[in-house]
Amino acid sequence: MTPRLLERRQVLTFLGTLAAAGFVLPRMAFANWDKAAFDARTMDEALKALGAGTPGQSGDVQIVASDIAENGAVVPVQAISKLPNTERIAILVDKNPSMLAASFDLMPDTIPEVTARIKMGQTSNVVVLVKADGKFYAASKEIKVTLGGCGG
Amino acid sequence: MGSPMKIRASVKEGVTEIKVLMGHEMETGQRKDANGAVIPAWFINEVTAKLDGKTVMQAQWGPSISKNPYLAFKVKGGKAGDKVSVTWVDNKGDTRTDEATVT
Repeated sequence: MTPRLLERRQVLTFLGTLAAAGFVLPRMAFANWDKAAFDARTMDEALKALGAGTPGQSGDVQIVASDIAENGAVVPVQAISKLPNTERIAILVDKNPSMLAASFDLMPDTIPEVTARIKMGQTSNVVVLVKADGKFYAASKEIKVTLGGCGG
Repeated sequence: MGSPMKIRASVKEGVTEIKVLMGHEMETGQRKDANGAVIPAWFINEVTAKLDGKTVMQAQWGPSISKNPYLAFKVKGGKAGDKVSVTWVDNKGDTRTDEATVT
């Protein structure tokens, strides 16, 4: 490959990235979607964007998932809160490029137990963040991934 | 429009369990195609669930949710015959609503 070709490819990739950003970003402006939290690239940033600061670890927050995920593309996770007045449950994956996977706002009659399937690029801690009575609590669990879920 | 969701809702001892399977690519925006071009992110980012016309859950999702997303949760109350409706909106503005009846 000649240097000139490489250069051309880099320029094209760069233009492609710009186009992708331009295409996607304006449409993400939904009323509720917390862009800052989903764009966070570190756990601290994500927690800050969610207004959680440094949540206390709590045994009343539980993560039900297997210790080893054979397929990182589909990792079933159940997030449970035993805390009264749970308003919100969020699932975060420490080592994913977009670490906030989901945030669920619950109504008073909704039981704070939600199940979802998440992608995991590699072995990582999965964090469940719970907002109950205006305060934040968290629990984390390491899930080993034998086949990453963010590749081709 | 997307493909229809599969929704199952059943009530047992005063608790309604709702299970939803959606059909969506959930493209992360991290992957590249064969030519090395980034495949644009395309994922469901908002989900609203209603039981008997009342909102019981509002979720915000990112691209870390798996392709063809599955969601299960429980609500106090509800009775056989109640309508469950689930709506999603994706980051391209596409949306879909499906309904099921509690059994």
